[in-house]
Amino acid sequence: MTALELRDRCAIVGIGTTPYSRGTDASTLELHLEASLAALADAGLEPADVDGVMPHDIADRIAEEFVTNLGLRDLAFSSTIRTGGASFGSAVQSACLAVAAGVATCVLLPAGRRGYSEQRVSTSKVSPMPVLASINEFEKPYGNLVGMQWFAQAAQRHMHEYGTTSEHFGHIAVACRKHANLNPRAIMHGRPMTLPDHQASRLICTPFRLFDCSLESDGAGAILITSAERARDLAKPPVLVSGFGEGHGDPPTSITQKRDMTFIEGMHHAGRRAFAMAGIGPADIDCAQLYDGFTWFVLGTLEALGFCARGEGGPFVEGGRIELGGALPVNTHGGLLSEAHVSGVNHVIEAVRQLRREVEPERQVDPCDTVLVTNEGDFHEGSVLILRRP
Amino acid sequence: MTRAPLPEPSELTAGFWDAARREELVLQRCRSCGTLRHYPQLLCPGCTSSEWDWAPVSGRGVVHSFTVTHQAFHPAWADRLPYVVATVELDEGPRMVSDLDEDPGDVAIGRRVEVFFERVDDEITLPRFRLSHHEEDPR
Repeated sequence: MTALELRDRCAIVGIGTTPYSRGTDASTLELHLEASLAALADAGLEPADVDGVMPHDIADRIAEEFVTNLGLRDLAFSSTIRTGGASFGSAVQSACLAVAAGVATCVLLPAGRRGYSEQRVSTSKVSPMPVLASINEFEKPYGNLVGMQWFAQAAQRHMHEYGTTSEHFGHIAVACRKHANLNPRAIMHGRPMTLPDHQASRLICTPFRLFDCSLESDGAGAILITSAERARDLAKPPVLVSGFGEGHGDPPTSITQKRDMTFIEGMHHAGRRAFAMAGIGPADIDCAQLYDGFTWFVLGTLEALGFCARGEGGPFVEGGRIELGGALPVNTHGGLLSEAHVSGVNHVIEAVRQLRREVEPERQVDPCDTVLVTNEGDFHEGSVLILRRP
Repeated sequence: MTRAPLPEPSELTAGFWDAARREELVLQRCRSCGTLRHYPQLLCPGCTSSEWDWAPVSGRGVVHSFTVTHQAFHPAWADRLPYVVATVELDEGPRMVSDLDEDPGDVAIGRRVEVFFERVDDEITLPRFRLSHHEEDPR
Protein backbone atom coordinates (compact mmCIF):
# COMPACT_ATOMS: atom_id res chain seq x y z
CA MET A 1 0.00 0.00 0.00
CA THR A 2 1.52 3.33 -1.04
CA ALA A 3 0.72 6.77 0.33
CA LEU A 4 -1.16 7.54 -2.90
CA GLU A 5 -3.44 4.57 -2.30
CA LEU A 6 -4.25 6.00 1.12
CA ARG A 7 -5.69 9.20 -0.35
CA ASP A 8 -9.36 9.59 0.68
CA ARG A 9 -9.47 6.10 2.19
CA CYS A 10 -10.47 7.32 5.66
CA ALA A 11 -12.82 9.97 6.99
CA ILE A 12 -13.46 12.05 10.08
CA VAL A 13 -17.04 11.19 11.02
CA GLY A 14 -17.50 12.66 14.48
CA ILE A 15 -16.30 15.75 16.33
CA GLY A 16 -16.92 16.90 19.87
CA THR A 17 -15.63 19.45 22.35
CA THR A 18 -16.09 20.64 25.88
CA PRO A 19 -16.61 24.34 26.43
CA TYR A 20 -13.27 26.19 26.39
CA SER A 21 -12.55 28.13 29.56
CA ARG A 22 -9.97 29.68 31.83
CA GLY A 23 -10.78 27.77 34.98
CA THR A 24 -12.50 24.39 35.38
CA ASP A 25 -13.30 21.93 38.15
CA ALA A 26 -13.21 19.00 35.74
CA SER A 27 -10.18 16.70 35.60
CA THR A 28 -8.32 16.22 32.32
CA LEU A 29 -9.88 12.76 32.00
CA GLU A 30 -13.37 14.16 32.59
CA LEU A 31 -12.75 16.72 29.83
CA HIS A 32 -11.57 13.98 27.44
CA LEU A 33 -14.58 11.77 28.21
CA GLU A 34 -17.02 14.66 27.72
CA ALA A 35 -15.49 15.47 24.33
CA SER A 36 -15.42 11.78 23.36
CA LEU A 37 -19.12 11.29 24.14
CA ALA A 38 -19.90 14.45 22.15
CA ALA A 39 -17.95 13.07 19.16
CA LEU A 40 -19.82 9.74 19.36
CA ALA A 41 -23.18 11.53 19.49
CA ASP A 42 -22.16 13.71 16.53
CA ALA A 43 -21.34 10.61 14.47
CA GLY A 44 -24.38 8.65 15.62
CA LEU A 45 -22.10 5.92 16.96
CA GLU A 46 -22.03 3.96 20.22
CA PRO A 47 -18.96 3.21 22.35
CA ALA A 48 -19.26 -0.41 21.19
CA ASP A 49 -18.49 0.79 17.66
CA VAL A 50 -15.03 2.04 18.76
CA ASP A 51 -12.20 -0.49 18.52
CA GLY A 52 -9.24 1.90 18.51
CA VAL A 53 -8.14 4.75 20.76
CA MET A 54 -5.13 7.05 20.59
CA PRO A 55 -4.65 8.69 24.01
CA HIS A 56 -2.85 12.04 23.96
CA ASP A 57 0.65 12.22 25.38
CA ILE A 58 0.63 15.84 26.56
CA ALA A 59 -2.55 15.10 28.53
CA ASP A 60 -0.89 12.06 30.17
CA ARG A 61 -3.81 9.84 29.21
CA ILE A 62 -3.76 6.06 28.68
CA ALA A 63 -6.01 3.76 26.66
CA GLU A 64 -7.15 1.84 29.73
CA GLU A 65 -9.03 4.91 31.03
CA PHE A 66 -11.14 5.00 27.90
CA VAL A 67 -11.75 1.25 28.00
CA THR A 68 -13.02 1.35 31.56
CA ASN A 69 -15.06 4.54 31.31
CA LEU A 70 -16.59 4.14 27.86
CA GLY A 71 -16.92 0.36 28.06
CA LEU A 72 -14.82 -0.28 24.96
CA ARG A 73 -15.15 -4.06 25.16
CA ASP A 74 -12.92 -5.16 22.32
CA LEU A 75 -10.12 -2.67 21.69
CA ALA A 76 -7.98 -3.76 18.72
CA PHE A 77 -5.63 -0.76 18.43
CA SER A 78 -4.09 1.77 20.79
CA SER A 79 -1.06 3.96 20.30
CA THR A 80 0.30 7.27 21.57
CA ILE A 81 2.40 9.72 19.54
CA ARG A 82 5.05 11.71 21.39
CA THR A 83 5.82 14.81 19.35
CA GLY A 84 4.31 17.37 21.73
CA GLY A 85 1.97 19.76 19.92
CA ALA A 86 2.44 17.86 16.64
CA SER A 87 1.09 14.69 18.23
CA PHE A 88 -2.56 15.13 17.33
CA GLY A 89 -2.01 15.51 13.58
CA SER A 90 0.36 12.58 13.59
CA ALA A 91 -2.22 10.56 15.53
CA VAL A 92 -4.72 11.20 12.74
CA GLN A 93 -2.16 9.77 10.32
CA SER A 94 -1.64 6.67 12.49
CA ALA A 95 -5.38 6.16 12.97
CA CYS A 96 -5.88 6.29 9.19
CA LEU A 97 -3.09 3.76 8.72
CA ALA A 98 -4.72 1.42 11.24
CA VAL A 99 -8.14 1.71 9.60
CA ALA A 100 -6.82 1.40 6.04
CA ALA A 101 -4.83 -1.68 7.02
CA GLY A 102 -7.86 -3.28 8.62
CA VAL A 103 -6.35 -3.36 12.11
CA ALA A 104 -9.16 -1.19 13.49
CA THR A 105 -12.50 -0.02 12.10
CA CYS A 106 -13.20 3.09 14.17
CA VAL A 107 -10.61 5.05 16.15
CA LEU A 108 -11.27 7.63 18.87
CA LEU A 109 -8.75 10.50 19.26
CA PRO A 110 -9.20 12.75 22.31
CA ALA A 111 -6.89 15.67 23.20
CA GLY A 112 -6.74 18.79 25.32
CA ARG A 113 -5.70 19.65 28.83
CA ARG A 114 -6.01 21.86 31.89
CA GLY A 115 -3.65 24.47 30.50
CA TYR A 116 -5.05 27.16 32.79
CA SER A 117 -6.10 25.32 35.94
CA GLU A 118 -3.09 23.00 36.19
CA GLN A 119 -0.32 22.87 33.57
CA ARG A 120 0.39 26.55 32.99
CA VAL A 121 3.30 27.03 30.61
CA SER A 122 4.11 30.46 32.10
CA THR A 123 4.80 28.86 35.48
CA SER A 124 6.83 25.98 34.00
CA LYS A 125 4.17 23.53 35.22
CA VAL A 126 4.19 21.20 32.25
CA SER A 127 4.60 17.45 32.07
CA PRO A 128 8.20 16.25 32.25
CA MET A 129 9.03 15.26 28.68
CA PRO A 130 12.00 13.05 27.75
CA VAL A 131 12.66 15.24 24.71
CA LEU A 132 13.66 18.06 27.07
CA ALA A 133 16.64 16.22 28.62
CA SER A 134 19.30 18.30 26.82
CA ILE A 135 17.49 21.57 27.48
CA ASN A 136 17.11 20.70 31.15
CA GLU A 137 20.87 20.24 31.46
CA PHE A 138 22.32 22.81 29.05
CA GLU A 139 19.75 25.60 28.68
CA LYS A 140 17.52 25.89 31.75
CA PRO A 141 20.48 26.62 34.08
CA TYR A 142 21.00 29.74 31.96
CA GLY A 143 17.42 30.94 32.38
CA ASN A 144 16.15 29.50 29.06
CA LEU A 145 13.18 27.93 30.80
CA VAL A 146 10.01 27.83 28.71
CA GLY A 147 8.66 27.57 25.16
CA MET A 148 8.13 31.31 24.78
CA GLN A 149 11.90 31.81 25.15
CA TRP A 150 12.92 28.86 23.00
CA PHE A 151 10.89 29.97 19.98
CA ALA A 152 11.58 33.67 20.53
CA GLN A 153 15.16 33.09 19.38
CA ALA A 154 13.90 31.56 16.12
CA ALA A 155 11.66 34.58 15.54
CA GLN A 156 14.50 36.97 16.42
CA ARG A 157 16.82 35.30 13.94
CA HIS A 158 14.11 35.43 11.25
CA MET A 159 13.78 39.19 11.83
CA HIS A 160 17.56 39.55 11.54
CA GLU A 161 17.84 37.59 8.31
CA TYR A 162 14.71 38.75 6.50
CA GLY A 163 13.64 42.08 8.01
CA THR A 164 10.50 40.58 9.55
CA THR A 165 8.93 42.95 12.10
CA SER A 166 6.87 42.73 15.26
CA GLU A 167 4.00 44.24 13.25
CA HIS A 168 4.15 41.25 10.91
CA PHE A 169 3.62 38.95 13.88
CA GLY A 170 0.89 41.32 15.00
CA HIS A 171 -1.08 40.87 11.77
CA ILE A 172 -1.32 37.16 12.60
CA ALA A 173 -2.56 37.83 16.14
CA VAL A 174 -5.10 40.35 14.83
CA ALA A 175 -6.43 37.94 12.17
CA CYS A 176 -6.96 35.21 14.77
CA ARG A 177 -8.68 37.66 17.12
CA LYS A 178 -10.99 38.94 14.37
CA HIS A 179 -12.06 35.39 13.63
CA ALA A 180 -12.51 34.58 17.32
CA ASN A 181 -14.90 37.49 17.56
CA LEU A 182 -17.14 35.71 15.03
CA ASN A 183 -16.95 32.45 17.03
CA PRO A 184 -19.01 32.31 20.24
CA ARG A 185 -17.00 29.29 21.48
CA ALA A 186 -13.75 31.27 21.46
CA ILE A 187 -12.36 32.42 24.78
CA MET A 188 -11.54 35.80 23.23
CA HIS A 189 -15.03 36.25 21.70
CA GLY A 190 -16.20 39.74 22.58
CA ARG A 191 -12.67 41.03 23.17
CA PRO A 192 -11.51 42.78 19.98
CA MET A 193 -7.82 43.54 19.46
CA THR A 194 -6.11 45.85 16.96
CA LEU A 195 -2.56 46.10 15.68
CA PRO A 196 -1.87 49.05 18.03
CA ASP A 197 -3.22 46.90 20.89
CA HIS A 198 -0.77 44.18 19.88
CA GLN A 199 2.10 46.65 19.76
CA ALA A 200 1.14 48.02 23.18
CA SER A 201 0.89 44.59 24.83
CA ARG A 202 3.66 43.86 27.30
CA LEU A 203 6.89 42.19 26.25
CA ILE A 204 7.22 38.60 27.42
CA CYS A 205 10.54 37.74 25.79
CA THR A 206 11.65 39.67 22.74
CA PRO A 207 10.36 39.73 20.09
CA PHE A 208 7.26 38.10 21.61
CA ARG A 209 4.65 40.29 23.24
CA LEU A 210 1.73 38.94 25.24
CA PHE A 211 -0.49 38.80 22.14
CA ASP A 212 2.09 36.74 20.25
CA CYS A 213 1.53 33.90 22.72
CA SER A 214 -1.32 31.40 22.69
CA LEU A 215 -3.88 31.13 25.44
CA GLU A 216 -3.52 29.18 28.64
CA SER A 217 -6.90 27.47 28.67
CA ASP A 218 -8.85 24.44 29.83
CA GLY A 219 -10.79 22.16 27.52
CA ALA A 220 -10.74 19.14 25.25
CA GLY A 221 -11.85 17.94 21.87
CA ALA A 222 -12.19 14.54 20.24
CA ILE A 223 -12.67 13.13 16.75
CA LEU A 224 -13.62 9.73 15.32
CA ILE A 225 -12.00 8.20 12.24
CA THR A 226 -13.36 5.33 10.19
CA SER A 227 -13.19 4.15 6.58
CA ALA A 228 -14.57 6.40 3.85
CA GLU A 229 -16.87 3.54 2.83
CA ARG A 230 -18.42 3.19 6.28
CA ALA A 231 -18.55 6.97 6.69
CA ARG A 232 -21.20 7.22 3.98
CA ASP A 233 -23.76 5.54 6.25
CA LEU A 234 -23.22 7.72 9.32
CA ALA A 235 -25.06 10.75 10.68
CA LYS A 236 -22.99 13.61 9.29
CA PRO A 237 -21.41 14.31 5.91
CA PRO A 238 -17.98 12.65 5.99
CA VAL A 239 -14.79 14.67 5.74
CA LEU A 240 -12.17 12.76 3.78
CA VAL A 241 -8.54 12.60 4.90
CA SER A 242 -7.00 13.30 1.51
CA GLY A 243 -3.39 13.72 2.58
CA PHE A 244 -1.27 13.44 5.67
CA GLY A 245 2.37 13.72 6.59
CA GLU A 246 4.67 14.15 9.52
CA GLY A 247 8.17 15.56 9.62
CA HIS A 248 10.96 15.91 12.13
CA GLY A 249 13.57 18.62 12.48
CA ASP A 250 17.31 18.14 12.64
CA PRO A 251 18.05 17.97 15.48
CA PRO A 252 14.60 17.66 17.04
CA THR A 253 15.67 18.42 20.62
CA SER A 254 16.36 22.18 20.76
CA ILE A 255 15.76 25.28 18.65
CA THR A 256 19.22 26.62 19.48
CA GLN A 257 20.86 23.59 17.84
CA LYS A 258 18.87 23.75 14.57
CA ARG A 259 21.00 23.92 11.45
CA ASP A 260 18.63 26.77 10.44
CA MET A 261 16.43 27.98 13.26
CA THR A 262 14.37 30.17 10.89
CA PHE A 263 13.18 27.15 8.88
CA ILE A 264 10.43 24.91 10.28
CA GLU A 265 12.00 21.91 8.64
CA GLY A 266 9.73 19.27 10.16
CA MET A 267 6.69 21.12 8.85
CA HIS A 268 8.26 21.43 5.41
CA HIS A 269 8.74 17.67 5.16
CA ALA A 270 5.27 16.97 6.57
CA GLY A 271 3.71 19.30 4.01
CA ARG A 272 5.69 17.84 1.13
CA ARG A 273 4.33 14.38 1.98
CA ALA A 274 0.75 15.53 2.56
CA PHE A 275 0.56 17.52 -0.70
CA ALA A 276 2.05 14.60 -2.67
CA MET A 277 -0.46 12.16 -1.18
CA ALA A 278 -3.42 14.46 -1.87
CA GLY A 279 -2.10 15.26 -5.35
CA ILE A 280 -2.53 19.00 -4.90
CA GLY A 281 -0.49 22.07 -3.96
CA PRO A 282 -0.75 25.21 -1.82
CA ALA A 283 -2.81 27.02 -4.49
CA ASP A 284 -5.60 24.44 -4.05
CA ILE A 285 -6.15 25.19 -0.35
CA ASP A 286 -9.32 27.18 0.47
CA CYS A 287 -8.39 27.92 4.07
CA ALA A 288 -5.73 26.79 6.53
CA GLN A 289 -5.88 26.04 10.23
CA LEU A 290 -2.25 26.52 11.25
CA TYR A 291 -0.92 25.56 14.68
CA ASP A 292 -0.24 28.86 16.41
CA GLY A 293 1.42 28.31 19.74
CA PHE A 294 3.08 31.59 18.83
CA THR A 295 2.46 34.00 15.96
CA TRP A 296 5.92 32.97 14.73
CA PHE A 297 4.69 29.44 14.02
CA VAL A 298 2.10 30.71 11.53
CA LEU A 299 4.61 32.90 9.69
CA GLY A 300 7.22 30.13 9.59
CA THR A 301 4.65 27.52 8.56
CA LEU A 302 3.40 29.61 5.62
CA GLU A 303 7.00 29.62 4.36
CA ALA A 304 7.71 25.97 5.17
CA LEU A 305 4.61 24.78 3.30
CA GLY A 306 5.31 26.92 0.24
CA PHE A 307 2.40 29.37 0.56
CA CYS A 308 5.15 31.96 0.14
CA ALA A 309 8.91 31.93 -0.37
CA ARG A 310 11.46 31.68 2.44
CA GLY A 311 11.71 35.01 4.20
CA GLU A 312 8.49 36.39 2.71
CA GLY A 313 6.14 35.34 5.50
CA GLY A 314 6.06 38.88 6.91
CA PRO A 315 4.84 40.66 3.77
CA PHE A 316 2.54 37.68 3.04
CA VAL A 317 0.43 38.22 6.17
CA GLU A 318 -0.03 41.95 5.50
CA GLY A 319 -3.15 43.53 4.01
CA GLY A 320 -5.69 41.04 5.32
CA ARG A 321 -4.50 38.18 3.14
CA ILE A 322 -4.92 35.66 5.96
CA GLU A 323 -8.22 37.08 7.22
CA LEU A 324 -11.71 35.92 6.23
CA GLY A 325 -12.31 37.39 2.78
CA GLY A 326 -8.57 37.29 2.02
CA ALA A 327 -6.78 34.96 -0.38
CA LEU A 328 -5.94 32.42 2.33
CA PRO A 329 -8.05 32.67 5.50
CA VAL A 330 -6.05 31.26 8.41
CA ASN A 331 -7.41 30.04 11.74
CA THR A 332 -11.04 30.86 11.04
CA HIS A 333 -11.94 29.78 14.61
CA GLY A 334 -9.39 32.05 16.28
CA GLY A 335 -6.69 29.44 16.73
CA LEU A 336 -4.69 28.70 19.83
CA LEU A 337 -4.08 32.45 20.04
CA SER A 338 -7.72 33.44 20.47
CA GLU A 339 -10.09 30.42 20.52
CA ALA A 340 -8.35 28.06 22.98
CA HIS A 341 -5.18 26.01 23.32
CA VAL A 342 -6.40 22.45 23.24
CA SER A 343 -3.30 20.90 21.69
CA GLY A 344 -4.39 21.54 18.12
CA VAL A 345 -7.46 19.29 18.10
CA ASN A 346 -9.52 22.46 17.65
CA HIS A 347 -7.77 23.13 14.33
CA VAL A 348 -8.93 19.75 12.99
CA ILE A 349 -12.44 20.31 14.36
CA GLU A 350 -12.65 23.76 12.74
CA ALA A 351 -11.60 22.25 9.40
CA VAL A 352 -14.38 19.66 9.70
CA ARG A 353 -16.95 22.32 10.60
CA GLN A 354 -15.90 24.50 7.66
CA LEU A 355 -16.17 21.56 5.26
CA ARG A 356 -19.58 20.56 6.69
CA ARG A 357 -20.85 24.17 6.52
CA GLU A 358 -21.49 24.05 10.28
CA VAL A 359 -19.84 27.32 11.29
CA GLU A 360 -21.58 30.67 11.84
CA PRO A 361 -22.43 32.06 8.37
CA GLU A 362 -20.22 35.14 8.80
CA ARG A 363 -17.11 33.04 9.14
CA GLN A 364 -17.93 30.37 6.55
CA VAL A 365 -15.23 30.26 3.89
CA ASP A 366 -16.77 30.05 0.41
CA PRO A 367 -15.85 28.12 -1.60
CA CYS A 368 -14.51 25.66 0.95
CA ASP A 369 -13.75 22.26 -0.48
CA THR A 370 -10.17 21.64 0.73
CA VAL A 371 -8.70 22.64 4.08
CA LEU A 372 -5.14 22.25 5.30
CA VAL A 373 -4.41 21.69 9.01
CA THR A 374 -1.07 21.76 10.78
CA ASN A 375 0.04 20.76 14.24
CA GLU A 376 3.49 21.68 15.49
CA GLY A 377 5.32 20.31 18.44
CA ASP A 378 8.51 19.88 20.37
CA PHE A 379 11.09 21.79 18.34
CA HIS A 380 9.70 22.63 14.93
CA GLU A 381 8.34 19.13 14.33
CA GLY A 382 5.25 19.09 12.17
CA SER A 383 2.20 17.19 11.08
CA VAL A 384 0.01 18.22 8.15
CA LEU A 385 -3.48 17.05 7.18
CA ILE A 386 -5.35 17.86 4.00
CA LEU A 387 -9.09 17.38 4.45
CA ARG A 388 -11.80 17.67 1.80
CA ARG A 389 -15.46 17.24 1.00
CA PRO A 390 -16.34 14.04 -0.90
CA MET B 1 22.86 35.29 43.44
CA THR B 2 21.05 31.95 43.56
CA ARG B 3 21.06 30.02 40.34
CA ALA B 4 18.38 27.48 39.46
CA PRO B 5 17.61 25.06 38.09
CA LEU B 6 21.07 23.48 38.13
CA PRO B 7 22.30 20.82 35.70
CA GLU B 8 22.19 17.19 36.76
CA PRO B 9 25.14 15.59 34.95
CA SER B 10 24.77 12.07 33.62
CA GLU B 11 27.45 9.46 32.93
CA LEU B 12 27.53 10.75 29.35
CA THR B 13 27.85 14.45 30.23
CA ALA B 14 29.96 14.32 33.42
CA GLY B 15 33.18 15.06 31.52
CA PHE B 16 31.78 18.40 30.29
CA TRP B 17 31.02 19.52 33.85
CA ASP B 18 34.29 18.06 35.25
CA ALA B 19 36.18 20.22 32.74
CA ALA B 20 34.08 23.27 33.60
CA ARG B 21 35.13 22.84 37.25
CA ARG B 22 38.73 23.10 35.99
CA GLU B 23 37.66 26.18 33.98
CA GLU B 24 38.08 24.40 30.65
CA LEU B 25 35.50 24.32 27.88
CA VAL B 26 35.37 20.93 26.14
CA LEU B 27 33.03 19.34 23.62
CA GLN B 28 32.63 15.79 22.36
CA ARG B 29 34.82 15.02 19.35
CA CYS B 30 34.25 11.88 17.29
CA ARG B 31 37.41 9.80 17.28
CA SER B 32 36.48 8.32 13.91
CA CYS B 33 35.55 11.34 11.78
CA GLY B 34 36.71 14.21 14.00
CA THR B 35 33.37 16.02 14.08
CA LEU B 36 32.63 18.11 17.18
CA ARG B 37 29.16 17.70 18.64
CA HIS B 38 26.96 19.29 21.27
CA TYR B 39 24.74 18.44 23.12
CA PRO B 40 26.38 15.15 24.14
CA GLN B 41 25.15 12.01 22.37
CA LEU B 42 26.19 8.35 22.55
CA LEU B 43 26.94 8.03 18.83
CA CYS B 44 28.29 10.44 16.24
CA PRO B 45 25.26 11.43 14.13
CA GLY B 46 27.59 11.72 11.12
CA CYS B 47 29.26 8.31 11.17
CA THR B 48 27.60 6.43 14.11
CA SER B 49 30.94 5.81 15.82
CA SER B 50 30.71 5.33 19.57
CA GLU B 51 34.37 6.36 20.07
CA TRP B 52 34.88 9.94 21.20
CA ASP B 53 37.04 12.24 23.34
CA TRP B 54 36.48 15.51 25.15
CA ALA B 55 38.25 18.12 23.02
CA PRO B 56 39.12 21.64 24.24
CA VAL B 57 37.53 24.49 22.26
CA SER B 58 38.39 28.19 22.10
CA GLY B 59 35.42 29.54 24.04
CA ARG B 60 35.08 32.29 21.47
CA GLY B 61 32.17 32.83 19.13
CA VAL B 62 29.31 35.07 18.05
CA VAL B 63 25.74 35.69 19.15
CA HIS B 64 23.63 33.63 16.73
CA SER B 65 20.34 34.72 18.26
CA PHE B 66 19.01 35.90 21.61
CA THR B 67 15.92 36.88 23.54
CA VAL B 68 15.41 39.45 26.29
CA THR B 69 13.15 37.96 28.94
CA HIS B 70 10.80 40.34 30.76
CA GLN B 71 8.78 37.83 32.78
CA ALA B 72 10.08 35.47 35.47
CA PHE B 73 9.33 31.86 34.60
CA HIS B 74 11.20 30.64 37.70
CA PRO B 75 11.54 32.44 41.06
CA ALA B 76 15.35 32.29 40.84
CA TRP B 77 15.26 34.66 37.86
CA ALA B 78 12.76 37.18 39.22
CA ASP B 79 15.33 39.72 40.45
CA ARG B 80 17.27 39.71 37.17
CA LEU B 81 14.54 40.97 34.84
CA PRO B 82 14.97 41.82 32.11
CA TYR B 83 17.74 39.36 31.25
CA VAL B 84 19.37 38.19 28.04
CA VAL B 85 19.62 34.56 26.94
CA ALA B 86 21.74 34.00 23.84
CA THR B 87 22.60 31.21 21.49
CA VAL B 88 26.36 31.36 21.00
CA GLU B 89 27.88 29.90 17.86
CA LEU B 90 31.43 28.90 18.71
CA ASP B 91 34.17 29.58 16.17
CA GLU B 92 34.48 25.77 15.93
CA GLY B 93 30.81 25.49 14.84
CA PRO B 94 28.72 23.99 17.64
CA ARG B 95 26.30 26.20 19.53
CA MET B 96 25.79 26.72 23.26
CA VAL B 97 23.29 28.67 25.34
CA SER B 98 24.23 31.26 27.94
CA ASP B 99 22.65 34.14 29.76
CA LEU B 100 24.57 37.39 29.21
CA ASP B 101 25.02 39.88 32.05
CA GLU B 102 24.84 42.75 29.59
CA ASP B 103 22.63 45.74 28.92
CA PRO B 104 20.04 44.28 26.51
CA GLY B 105 20.66 47.25 24.23
CA ASP B 106 24.29 46.20 23.78
CA VAL B 107 23.43 42.69 22.59
CA ALA B 108 22.98 42.03 18.89
CA ILE B 109 23.21 39.10 16.53
CA GLY B 110 26.81 38.85 15.30
CA ARG B 111 28.44 40.36 18.42
CA ARG B 112 31.65 38.56 19.52
CA VAL B 113 31.50 36.72 22.84
CA GLU B 114 33.94 34.81 25.02
CA VAL B 115 33.58 32.19 27.72
CA PHE B 116 34.14 32.64 31.45
CA PHE B 117 33.38 30.33 34.34
CA GLU B 118 31.00 30.84 37.24
CA ARG B 119 31.45 28.54 40.22
CA VAL B 120 28.03 27.79 41.70
CA ASP B 121 28.98 25.16 44.29
CA ASP B 122 31.46 22.31 44.79
CA GLU B 123 29.79 20.25 42.08
CA ILE B 124 28.72 22.75 39.42
CA THR B 125 30.69 25.40 37.60
CA LEU B 126 28.83 26.93 34.66
CA PRO B 127 30.64 27.95 31.48
CA ARG B 128 29.05 31.31 30.62
CA PHE B 129 29.63 33.94 27.96
CA ARG B 130 30.10 37.72 27.87
CA LEU B 131 30.58 40.27 25.11
CA SER B 132 34.27 40.43 24.18
CA HIS B 133 35.31 44.04 24.04
CA HIS B 134 38.95 43.46 23.16
CA GLU B 135 38.17 41.59 19.95
CA GLU B 136 37.53 43.33 16.66
CA ASP B 137 33.78 43.54 16.19
CA PRO B 138 33.05 42.22 12.70
CA ARG B 139 29.79 44.13 12.27
